[in-house]
Amino acid sequence: MLKTEYILLIVGMGLVTYIPRYLPLFILAQRNLPRWFIEWLDMIPVAILSALVFSEIFLSGPPRHLDMLQIKSLVAIPTFLIALKTKSLGGTVISGMILFWMAGKIS
Amino acid sequence: MGKPISIDSRQGLKGLHHVGFVLDGIKAAWPICLGYLPLGFAFGVLAQKAGLDLLDIALMSILVYAGSSQFIAVAMISGAAAPASIILTTFVVNLRHLLMSSSLAVHLHGEGRGFLSVFAYGVTDESFAVNMAKFRDGGWHRYQALAVNQMSNFTWIGSTILGGYAGQSIPAGCYGIDYALSAMFLCLLTFQLKGRQYFLTAIISGAATIGFALVVPGNGFVIMASLFGATAGFALKRYAQRKRGSYA
Repeated sequence: MLKTEYILLIVGMGLVTYIPRYLPLFILAQRNLPRWFIEWLDMIPVAILSALVFSEIFLSGPPRHLDMLQIKSLVAIPTFLIALKTKSLGGTVISGMILFWMAGKIS
Repeated sequence: MGKPISIDSRQGLKGLHHVGFVLDGIKAAWPICLGYLPLGFAFGVLAQKAGLDLLDIALMSILVYAGSSQFIAVAMISGAAAPASIILTTFVVNLRHLLMSSSLAVHLHGEGRGFLSVFAYGVTDESFAVNMAKFRDGGWHRYQALAVNQMSNFTWIGSTILGGYAGQSIPAGCYGIDYALSAMFLCLLTFQLKGRQYFLTAIISGAATIGFALVVPGNGFVIMASLFGATAGFALKRYAQRKRGSYA
């Protein structure tokens, strides 16, 4: 890719990322939201994060397919337990990386 | 003569107040920063391997500032994908911030446009998780929330540049760098498992992700599964409430 193409790509990525971050704040912060909508929004974070986790650790590809016995899925079990136990973001990231690295060496 | 002094002292107080907010923000943000350091570093290394120079890496971290989509973009650049398809993927992957900003809007009711446009920039999976928990506990000021956003932002930018710099001397696939993002998501997920309803929602959403991923082509499956999972979780919660209500 050319230098200008990189810059255009990054600016484009920046724009499409900023707009969904901004619009709801701009539109919704000015009005009262119905109770049910707030309760629904409350379920969003857990749903998104679970979707991201499952897509990261159980999918493989391309072509995309389900693989629950690959190293990244197996390492997810101790990593998950460490996260539950320590509640530390940094500790979990570093332990997960070390476990994944070691598992790769053993297998 | 008395007036300027009183204004001065008030400004001094206001300044002190802001310093306090920033300190609270730093305190609340440090677990994020600790997580961003290895994650940003990992991103920098991978980006350097994909052919981005330090300026590209810095610019992407400043302008995009969304970890997972930056990882995906770098993977697509390595695979020689067209810029338009990278931008479209970024849009789809980051569309989830729409839902996060919507949740945050509840707590930023009536704030000015200037503040909101700055605050929006810093809405990420991580700052969202921390700020929402703080807002729910109560007594969390908008400047404290903004400080969390910006501390995380500076750490991300710095650590990605550091990774890009170090990437020149680190071989690909080393130190489990490829697992940084998965570990981060796993940890953020545990923060959200606050009860049975949330646990059920996570299971439904995860199963739906696999289902949609195998059936629907493209990258929209994460968004679709999130909406499906949240709606199912919400319906279950409502059902449980009604059932309890009728027996009460």
